[in-house]
Amino acid sequence: MNLDIFAIRPEATPEAVARRTKIATRHLDFYYGRFHALKDINLEIAERRVTAFIGPSGCGKSTLLRTLNRMYSLYPGQRAVGEIVFNGRNILEAAVDLNMLRAKIGMVFQKPTPFPMSIYDNIAFGVRLYESLSPREMDERVEWALTKAAMWDEAKNKLKQSGMALSGGQQQRLCIARAVAVKPEVLLLDEPTSALDPISTAKIEELISELKSDYTIAIVTHNMQQAARVSDYTAYMYLGELIEFGATDELFLKPRRRETEDYITGRFG
Amino acid sequence: MNEHTSKQFDAEMEAIRSGVLAMGGLVETQFRRAVEALRIPGDVDIVTLVASDEQAINRMQMDIDQQCSQIIAKRQPAAIDLRMILTVVKIVNELERIGDEIKKIAYKAQQMQRPERLTTVRVHVITRAAGLAEENLQLALDAFARLDVNAAATVVSNDEAIDAAFLAILRQLISYMMEDPRTITPALEIVFIAKSIERIGDHAKNIAEDVVHVVKGKDVRHATAEQIRAELAE
Repeated sequence: MNLDIFAIRPEATPEAVARRTKIATRHLDFYYGRFHALKDINLEIAERRVTAFIGPSGCGKSTLLRTLNRMYSLYPGQRAVGEIVFNGRNILEAAVDLNMLRAKIGMVFQKPTPFPMSIYDNIAFGVRLYESLSPREMDERVEWALTKAAMWDEAKNKLKQSGMALSGGQQQRLCIARAVAVKPEVLLLDEPTSALDPISTAKIEELISELKSDYTIAIVTHNMQQAARVSDYTAYMYLGELIEFGATDELFLKPRRRETEDYITGRFG
Repeated sequence: MNEHTSKQFDAEMEAIRSGVLAMGGLVETQFRRAVEALRIPGDVDIVTLVASDEQAINRMQMDIDQQCSQIIAKRQPAAIDLRMILTVVKIVNELERIGDEIKKIAYKAQQMQRPERLTTVRVHVITRAAGLAEENLQLALDAFARLDVNAAATVVSNDEAIDAAFLAILRQLISYMMEDPRTITPALEIVFIAKSIERIGDHAKNIAEDVVHVVKGKDVRHATAEQIRAELAE
């Protein structure tokens, strides 16, 4: 199959990067069986920027995130209609290699999900699926990924220990390292800090701001202040619709829509 | 505007809003007393009242500032709530400065060396300018109470009349001083009073600009009344 769509684009000036769209959804609808969960979503996710999705429970923000790497394809009865254009190609097409897609668009979940194996193997496991590296290259990759996830110093002396023995915050950073290890272009974070204490949350937020120089990040969060702190763009969703999408700095000071203002100021019924 | 899910948050916002209006009411009372002191120079009782008003105004400012800090720390307000809180902090600062200017007016009125000189200017011309500033302050506080951007724009245009009145008083006093050097001392005292009135007008204008920021999220400081109206029409 043609893998061109997954090629990393050449470097450009920061301004050009800022204008680039990494993922665009066009007239995207999503169904859980008969339930219409996303309605005509049109959205552009900017490359190497952080885009946050906020909205009350059940508004479709996690569903939208799960469509972006076709995580929903694992479940029968769930289907997406419309287009999701990633690197110039509609990933909803049947011919797309889902494993390769998910290597390019990694995902981290609400609850840390380390594999029941060593810290080293947690990272190496995914890499082995896509690449055959020499032991030395693999060592370097593991160190690189753990460094990217800001936990090399904590983990370097216990790489053989189980990933399950780490604290919740460390487990979550291990999951981010695991996602980063396969060198994705996009990271999808689904409430990555909602199970963590404030210090671990601050570390993850700091990590997000560092990772965005290399990756495009989409984050779903229930914590509006977190969206305000970490994101460049924010999307407010309600009942499966995209109500407002814009620069975070504007949306949290002077939203255009009354519904957005009610939600972010805590006036939501 | 809908209510917050947290009723306590609503109560806290209402407390700072009504605190501003109570503080504004006290400043208006203080202003009327100072104008009275201009009519009856040397009345020590009025000046004492104006001074104690000024102290009460200072305490109110500190109290409201403290409440605003508490809300920011506890609620992490956003959008209109954040703009309202920032504006309240600025408005109470303007009101406190107005209180200072009013106290200066009352003290100057009390300290007049030869109050029988320039009585017409002091009693009629100055009190008329003070009346304009007082009305405009009232209108600015009304604009805040009702979040009325049109009233706010009117305050900004009215301030031009107050500035014009100040210049007219200045010209009039200069003619008196040139004609009769004995009027120089009382004329200078009146110049200070007129300058305080002009400053009060500026503070009222600042309050009105802050109201536009709360409602529209637009920063209209340093804009003319016409520019503000054009912005509001958008």
